[in-house]
Amino acid sequence: MSEIVLKIDDREVKATAGMTVLQAAQQAGIHIPTLCHHEKLEAFGGCRLCIVEVEVRGWTSYVVSCLYPVAKDIVVRTRSAKVDKIRKVIVEELMAHAPDAPELVKLAEVYGADRDRFERAESFCIVCGLCVRYCNEVKQKNAVGFIDNGALREISFIPEIAKDECWACQECFTICPTSYAQAAYLLTEALAFPGQRKEPVPATQQPELKPRRVIPITPVMAAR
Amino acid sequence: MPKLQSAAELKKLRAEILAKRDPAKPCIAVCAGAACDGMDSAAVAAAFLAEVAKQKLGGKLEVRTTGCHGYCEKGPNVVVTPGEICYFEVQPADVPEIIAATLKGEVVERLVYQDPNTGAKAVHMNEVPFYKHQTRLLIGDNPKIDPMRIEDYLAVDGYAALVKALTEMTPEQVLDEVKKANLRGRGGGGFPAGSKWETTRNAPEKTKYVIVNGHEGESAAFMDRAMLTGNPHKVLEGLIIGAYAIGAQKGFMYTRHDMPLLEKHVRNALAEAAEYGLLGKNILGSGFDFECELHFDVGIFVSGESSALMRSIEGNPPEPRPKYIRTSVSGIWDKPSNLNNVETWANVPQIITKGAEWFTSIGSERSKGTKLISLSGNVVNSGIVEVPMGTPLRTLVFDIGGGVRDGKTLKAIHFGGAMGGSIPVDLIDAPLDFDGMSKLGAPIGAGGLLLMDEDTDMVEVARYLLDFLVNESCGKCVPCREGMPQMLHILTNMTEGKGRTGDLERLEDLAEVTGLGSLCALGKTSADPLKSMLRYFKPEYEARIPSAGETK
Repeated sequence: MSEIVLKIDDREVKATAGMTVLQAAQQAGIHIPTLCHHEKLEAFGGCRLCIVEVEVRGWTSYVVSCLYPVAKDIVVRTRSAKVDKIRKVIVEELMAHAPDAPELVKLAEVYGADRDRFERAESFCIVCGLCVRYCNEVKQKNAVGFIDNGALREISFIPEIAKDECWACQECFTICPTSYAQAAYLLTEALAFPGQRKEPVPATQQPELKPRRVIPITPVMAAR
Repeated sequence: MPKLQSAAELKKLRAEILAKRDPAKPCIAVCAGAACDGMDSAAVAAAFLAEVAKQKLGGKLEVRTTGCHGYCEKGPNVVVTPGEICYFEVQPADVPEIIAATLKGEVVERLVYQDPNTGAKAVHMNEVPFYKHQTRLLIGDNPKIDPMRIEDYLAVDGYAALVKALTEMTPEQVLDEVKKANLRGRGGGGFPAGSKWETTRNAPEKTKYVIVNGHEGESAAFMDRAMLTGNPHKVLEGLIIGAYAIGAQKGFMYTRHDMPLLEKHVRNALAEAAEYGLLGKNILGSGFDFECELHFDVGIFVSGESSALMRSIEGNPPEPRPKYIRTSVSGIWDKPSNLNNVETWANVPQIITKGAEWFTSIGSERSKGTKLISLSGNVVNSGIVEVPMGTPLRTLVFDIGGGVRDGKTLKAIHFGGAMGGSIPVDLIDAPLDFDGMSKLGAPIGAGGLLLMDEDTDMVEVARYLLDFLVNESCGKCVPCREGMPQMLHILTNMTEGKGRTGDLERLEDLAEVTGLGSLCALGKTSADPLKSMLRYFKPEYEARIPSAGETK
């Protein structure tokens, strides 16, 4: 693997081709905030919190570091007035859903976000999709999925699958930043299969999981 | 029809079609475009056919149902050739009179265009103000073509560009010609089509795809529908030539599921092209193989975003992918996929036939060729217009559009639908140009031009456009999914007299972050109308916010 040197926050950082800027930064001990990112999952690019400023041949643009591939001689700035402002507004938008979610409260402190700036939304789900993607990619059960689109998008447990799988797993409950996954499961259970959930199965009896196809990330071919 | 095996056979077929046609024999073309169809032009066409049958005039007169002529305001449109005599607002009852006059070589005076101010009449297409200021290179063939008959397209030199490309040019030469023509994408971005083609061509993967983006969903844009429904073979010819230049073996026409006439015409065109050997193996004996498939959307606007569209073709939900790797390198099933809009593809045949030099002689310095524009809103003459790039907006609005309805004053011009922008009337001399209009904050987009009169509430316009987009987002990324409803909420409050202190700052922040932070072009440009209005019409917004002291 060829070595690539790029600049992150005025530091020369070594990375390997195929890495993302986020990976390169984490490896160098530079912190970039994330919400929808999970090391076991394919990068999603949904929450946009890991947005950074990238300068390529004099052109500055804003990209999400969890998906942007490292390239030779690019200059990355993980904090700037613009970057901070984007993160602040994103946190404010999410706090309209979940003003007390611990991760958001911490982020709000760092970026000076006002939890009451925008109109409160009905649901406390922030649609980061961690539960959906974890269930699909790691557990391969697809017991929870996205439904609807745009502002109406939400997560939903599929009763037929959830009944047999979820109580024994509960792993999405622990990675959910707002506890909504748990609430949504319990609501589904209460409405669709009360008292019928399947209890855990011993680990030895669980089937082996197949590895997933991973989309390789290669550098941008021709920058405009 | 046996498959055409060579360019010579196509040439022979064209000669046969033309030999059978007498240019002096009158032809009555009835427009069946979306607007005319809505005014029951089908009944007009049926009346013509019935009358011809009744009087047994089949040998003396031809009746043709065609795609959109352009002058939607005055439909149902009828054009009689030779002479291109234009009749407007034709009703079935007018039919016997038109037929009688046509047979005598006369004109039905009461049905021709009359200037609303001077009363002066205009009989021929090139005298009607709506048409005479246009340069109709793409849409001009529509009245000559029954979209269900490939012979009609062949009769106007259709597929001659394909013959030239396949027999006289190498793929590199075709690519070169399109690059030299500086053909820029008509779908919104204005990105040079030639460079995009080249990227796909040079991508290492052998399997490559070409795609027609016929997913026109922008509010106030209806020209691609007119183009593809009215002359599907022209778009297909452009696509086949593009595939030859790029080295693609397979193409997709991606369009909306809710336009039955368009579907019928495209399906028929694909079947005809395959039957004639213009699609399939060894096209016209050149050794080039290419096939094309029709594909429909699942009903949301974001389906037209290139990466979402490609996900959709794969059979996945239409969710955009970040384009740090371009779709021209890694698109459908991770193969290089070149996507262009309907109008972009429709430009290709004429570039090949007439050359890049001719093409670059039309238009402005950096935007070449003509542009199709859908003209609507508070305009006298709504319809589909084609003008050279660089044409001043004033020409579009007043000379062609006939100005504002009901004697009102023009307040603003809105371009590019829900992702475009509004500019005030004092910028009306700005030329129609990709870069110029973008700088003004009203990018041409796909080409929907909306006139707004003095009574227009600019806060309501921004609210209306966001209300449309908010339901069309996929919902994957936060700035788009959350930012748009928040902006919509604030704007709704403002239109209901419930504006609050801080609303403008909130709007500005939301607009900026949605623009910078969103994943795809839908989100990135969703706040553009609002931004343009805060730039030019801010006082209207400020007036909706109670001043200090009277905060509610």
